[in-house]
Amino acid sequence: MPFKSTVGDYQTVATLETFGFLPPFTQDEIYDQIAYIIAQGWSPLVEHVHPSNSMATYWSYWKLPFFGEKDLSVIVNELEACHRAYPDHHVRLVGYDAYTQSQGACFVVFEGR
Amino acid sequence: MAKKYDAGVKEYRDTYWTPEYVPLDSDLLACFKCTGQEGVPREEVAAAVAAESSTGTWSTVWSELLTDLDFYKGRCYRIEDVPGDKDSFYAFIAYPLDLFEEGSITNVLTSLVGNVFGFKALRHLRLEDIRFPLAFIKTCMGPPNGIQVERDRMNKYGRPLLGCTIKPKLGLSGKNYGRVVYECLRGGLDFTKDDENINSQPFQRWQNRFEFVAEAVKLAEQETGEKKGHYLNCTAATPEEMYERAEFAKELGQPIIMHDYITGGFTANTGLAKWCRKNGMLLHIHRAMHAVIDRHPKHGIHFRVLAKCLRLSGGDQLHTGTVVGKLEGDRQSTLGYIDQLRESFVPEDRSRGNFFDQDWGSMGGVFAVASGGIHVWHMPALVSIFGDDSVLQFGGGTHGHPWGSAAGAAANRVALEACVKARNAGREIEREGRDILLEAAKHSPELAIALETWKEIKFEFDTVDKLDVN
Repeated sequence: MPFKSTVGDYQTVATLETFGFLPPFTQDEIYDQIAYIIAQGWSPLVEHVHPSNSMATYWSYWKLPFFGEKDLSVIVNELEACHRAYPDHHVRLVGYDAYTQSQGACFVVFEGR
Repeated sequence: MAKKYDAGVKEYRDTYWTPEYVPLDSDLLACFKCTGQEGVPREEVAAAVAAESSTGTWSTVWSELLTDLDFYKGRCYRIEDVPGDKDSFYAFIAYPLDLFEEGSITNVLTSLVGNVFGFKALRHLRLEDIRFPLAFIKTCMGPPNGIQVERDRMNKYGRPLLGCTIKPKLGLSGKNYGRVVYECLRGGLDFTKDDENINSQPFQRWQNRFEFVAEAVKLAEQETGEKKGHYLNCTAATPEEMYERAEFAKELGQPIIMHDYITGGFTANTGLAKWCRKNGMLLHIHRAMHAVIDRHPKHGIHFRVLAKCLRLSGGDQLHTGTVVGKLEGDRQSTLGYIDQLRESFVPEDRSRGNFFDQDWGSMGGVFAVASGGIHVWHMPALVSIFGDDSVLQFGGGTHGHPWGSAAGAAANRVALEACVKARNAGREIEREGRDILLEAAKHSPELAIALETWKEIKFEFDTVDKLDVN
């Protein structure tokens, strides 16, 4: 009798927290998330780190948080500029909420290799 | 002028029914739903509740005159009809702040829901809500950490947290138990949880469980690169044993412990919360026994009161029901007490069951935990109802996956993230839930199988305890 099993083998994956279990976002999908951050009144913030240090609490800021920035294309350009400057780093986008002193959104846009 | 002693039995309403009274900001206010015995006037019933829950006793006593009882007495200042219920009415009672010991929830409840609940002139009595004055709130520590600190510690942002209870709830050895923890965490959950009745039984003593769980958490963190935790249940027979377990969890470097606040009691809970603040430990709170107290619509204590009491006593996460799963819970009412856990100010809103404005001052917030009979198809509704500051816990919905707990965990994580992504992109996730999940399943065989496995399971029973509306 040929071997047949309906049970799959789940392989552990290394992920980078929120949205780590979804396929990489398209350009439009990233725009949607930036628009959400801006609509909530949060400040966009770009951070990056070398993959060997991804569990660190503090990633490096790219410049400073973009306090009060409402222009979507500015944020897209900053994300890309950070990625160009640190091509081997993870780059994440944060929606910083000064009222709660927390992050309303946070996800990795470019994965470093 | 000094009063004269006049022995005998006075009607309660002569002393405790004061409709002209304007409550002070510092008063503790309570709303009781009263159902009196036939023939007893409403004012007399309401005044009796005020008296028996504060300074009064059934007879006038000489020693009352040694103090100024008018300063200390509780007063019923308002009576209202209960919509759709002719037999009952709401009594609003104001208690002076000095009736209560600072920082003691135990003391507040002993007064407000003590002897008065057995009072013969009442058929039923239910404590619907308490307005805690800010002056009292500032004497309570509240959550050891609060929502913001917990997010920073666990590195979880922009989405609800994901957990599950380890099953079977009883009977696994420590090593087998740790295996299940490991499977869930490597599959993508943030937390796993001891079941409430796992304490330290013969088949699995607590120390052994803690050690294997700690190893599982550490391994899952290393392999996934994400922060993980397991609620180690420290509920025990005595406070001494409870603290011993908490200390050991800390020694093992674990981020979070757990307590059952109603069976364990408010004194134990407040003590453990203070220990957690001091020792940098998160505190997950279970609510076993709550339904005994809060389910009957005419008798007992509404859960919004128990939830407020927990926020004051201290906890970083509290079970609130799921609205959509196997356990009781009305949607509007649940939203009402979730606000009490998380917001800094909650306005009076009868459509959510909140009878008073409640100012929480600077007290930290508590994550709402939705757990019990939920599976992946419920995800869009859960994200919509509970929002980001919640922990969604799928027990059977994780371990019941045909490929096992790790695949079940991954299915839930994919579904959760798909719903959050869609919500942020402006989609109506409850209405479009089916499409969102099916789209996400195209990239996740684990989710596709989960959707197939649980497609027929629903829990559609009407709630027993509904809000009072016409």
